[in-house]
Amino acid sequence: MEKQLAVKDLRVRYETADGVVEALNGVSLSLEKGKSLGLVGETGAGKTTLAKSIMRLIHTPPGNILAGEILFEGQNLLALPIEKMREVRGNEISMVFQDPMTALNPVMPVGQQIAEVIAVHEKVSKVEAMEKAGEMLEMVGLEARRAGEYPHQFSGGMKQRVVIAIALACNPKLLIADEPTTALDVTIQAQVLDMMLNLRKQLGTSLLLITHDLGVVAQNCDEVAIIYAGEIVEHGELREIFHDFRHPYTEGLFGSIPSLTQKADRLNPIKGLMPDPSDLPAGCKFHPRCKYAKAVCGNAIPGTYDVGGGHTVQCHRYGSKEYESEG
Amino acid sequence: MYKYVLKRLLMMIPVLLGVTFLVYFILALSPGDPVRMILGEQASEESVQMLREELGLNDPIPVRYVRYLGGLLQGDLGTSYKNQLPVAPQVLERFPNTLILAMSGMLVALLVGTPLGILSAKKQYTLLDNATTVLGLVGVAMPTFWLGLLLVLLFSLHLGWFPSSGMGEGIGPLLKSLVLPAATLGTSCTASVMRMTRSSMLEVLRQDYIDTARAKGLKEGYITLHHMLKNALVPIVTVAGLQFGMLLGGSALTETIFSWPGLGRFMVDSIKSKDMPMVLGSAVFLAVVYSVVNLLVDILYAYIDPRIKSQYKK
Repeated sequence: MEKQLAVKDLRVRYETADGVVEALNGVSLSLEKGKSLGLVGETGAGKTTLAKSIMRLIHTPPGNILAGEILFEGQNLLALPIEKMREVRGNEISMVFQDPMTALNPVMPVGQQIAEVIAVHEKVSKVEAMEKAGEMLEMVGLEARRAGEYPHQFSGGMKQRVVIAIALACNPKLLIADEPTTALDVTIQAQVLDMMLNLRKQLGTSLLLITHDLGVVAQNCDEVAIIYAGEIVEHGELREIFHDFRHPYTEGLFGSIPSLTQKADRLNPIKGLMPDPSDLPAGCKFHPRCKYAKAVCGNAIPGTYDVGGGHTVQCHRYGSKEYESEG
Repeated sequence: MYKYVLKRLLMMIPVLLGVTFLVYFILALSPGDPVRMILGEQASEESVQMLREELGLNDPIPVRYVRYLGGLLQGDLGTSYKNQLPVAPQVLERFPNTLILAMSGMLVALLVGTPLGILSAKKQYTLLDNATTVLGLVGVAMPTFWLGLLLVLLFSLHLGWFPSSGMGEGIGPLLKSLVLPAATLGTSCTASVMRMTRSSMLEVLRQDYIDTARAKGLKEGYITLHHMLKNALVPIVTVAGLQFGMLLGGSALTETIFSWPGLGRFMVDSIKSKDMPMVLGSAVFLAVVYSVVNLLVDILYAYIDPRIKSQYKK
């Protein structure tokens, strides 16, 4: 299978007056054509930074992409001149943002906001672009006659449908969805996700789904990557990760989901807090919270080990000689 | 919307009552006798008394005030003490000159202030931003009369490019005579508009929907105009509206320096000669204009921001 997207050793920093925030520390990922990858991690792990890096939407300053490559169909997006990047944005790669309340321009009719992206990438007249915008509204389950209304006249779920209509208007090859349902009610979440799934099947779009909700990943993704403190700690097929997780952090994530069959009075969270990204621990970033940690974990950054079938783990327990010899 | 406009028009009544009340009492209580001003110091006590009676100045102030209001309701702004002519036509005759000057000043402010503010916001903390900030502060802080004199010194006396005073007849001379007063009047406005544009743009610059716009692949210039500026516009229009009102009423200094035959200078002259009906008439007229300008600004909001429009409907 051909690679749609390959991120290689991406390092991103935010340089602020309060210190340097190391948001991404050598992230590598890949996504095959037509597949979907779920990127799971807690708040502050670098999920949105990764998404914005792919779109080249990191504000500089304070953001700074230090190293790495983002290959989209073999082309390094980070090396593209901005004019070429504009042709990619919205046309080949689209993004759905986290909060539909703030993602739409409040003083522009929604139809026009959809028509804009069509007009800039396709050679059509304004009237044709507006017509297509109406069709897009119907496709996401809204009435075309509402194209002239403004965002404040729509509910949150409807706004997210509009955002999705914008993202899919030019039939992109890759859709990046940054926590598309976090800001929505649970019932609306299901509707929006179902709709995205259906549209993706129709259009054959690849999906990078960013979320902190393992349930959402289970329903929508072929592969899963777990991100912690700006590093991908585990990556594999959905089934592999859900049934045979290896990294202690992934173990903690699944351990924190309450079981339906066992009685539990309290939730079982991972102990400790995620480290401050402006003051990361040496060695493995997870070692202060890890119950398997040994001396080596605090000294050396673990390598990435393949545990079979493309399932990779970044942890000393799966191949480090020092770890084994410590006993 | 119509209901809102009607409501606002009704609200102008107490505002105008307040303005007339304040101006009337301040003028009536201030020292100096208008009759002496009219007849001169040598006039006989008898003729002074006769004129006082004729002008109704012997009645108590509240009575005179109510009488004035009665006239006002019938559209009668009174008669000038000085030249015995009705006030209204004289005010109306000078107002267009003030309007031309104020509009030119505003045009300067918008044409220079808005683009500089946008640039300054987009290049925050760069040399350009700092330079425009300093220039802006100088512009606000510089006294109008001083700036006016400097401009006259350089462009009229030294270079001889523009006339130093008066209002030209015909389009060409008129425009030429407008340049210096408009620049003088526009400078502090330019600075205010620029500062407001900058801060309002900075607020919009990092909004999520700007990222959405960039993610669509739109060009930066288009985003700046259609996504940023349109959202930043409400505070800018507010400031511009307030400034425009000030320009209409407060251009007395500039008009005096450049001998511009406008309402401001006219009012100052009337105050000096204690021509009470004239001052009152001008003040009432300006208050009406000021209120109307503000109403227009508020109506303009509805066209800029549809969220405000939906509020007006309530």
